[in-house]
Amino acid sequence: MKFADFITPEAIQSDLKADDKEGVIREMVQALVEAGRIRAADYESIVKAILSREELGSTGIGRGVAVPHTKHPSVDRLVGSVAISREGVDFDALDGEKVNLFFLLISPQDRPGDHLRALENIARQLRDETFCRFLKQAKSAEDIRQLLEEADNNQFAS
Amino acid sequence: MSEAKATRRVTVANHTGLHIRPISLLAKLASQFRARIEVVKDRQRANAKSVLELLSLGGQPGEEFLLEAEGEDAEAAVEALARLFAQGFHEDEAQTAH
Repeated sequence: MKFADFITPEAIQSDLKADDKEGVIREMVQALVEAGRIRAADYESIVKAILSREELGSTGIGRGVAVPHTKHPSVDRLVGSVAISREGVDFDALDGEKVNLFFLLISPQDRPGDHLRALENIARQLRDETFCRFLKQAKSAEDIRQLLEEADNNQFAS
Repeated sequence: MSEAKATRRVTVANHTGLHIRPISLLAKLASQFRARIEVVKDRQRANAKSVLELLSLGGQPGEEFLLEAEGEDAEAAVEALARLFAQGFHEDEAQTAH
């Protein structure tokens, strides 16, 4: 699976304003509403579902990266977005570090395989330190789009 | 003095595969051992103490991995990790919310 298969380009954000976990999730889900990928009517329910998943254990997987996610009946295929926080946000990450790179995923109820393939792709690309650093330093949504495209075309290692 | 080595073949037994929660448990358990532990799938290798590296293996249900440990507690480490795989990461007890 490639980034292009699940990341909504119009929802990419290079400068999140939120400074806490709930704020980041709200801002990213709102961007998906504005991009037309999810309905405004589902906004609150999706935010709540992602927050309750976080209560089971943080999705801050280390190295300044978090993957907040949920299943939700309103989507019929995997919907994702990417965002960067300049300051970094306390996300209760496993390694205790602040998080500044977020991948948000909303999956259909019955497709755990796609969720795993998206996680695999995100993690495999981020194992390349150059890609990870470039992404965190991206100045605009357009820069992020380009980096994801380069990663999809195997222009970073592995 | 050569380091003790141990290996074990394991299968992803839980039906949702190696997503973030099982992998967090795995990395946490692996971190309790001094041994260097790697999880191997074909030619891909991941440090068992790194959530990011483990996620990059993309463990679908039913897939097989090789655990390789090196260090004084290598045998105990692969034993403990293999047990966690066999128990399906306790997912059946904590089912429902994803």
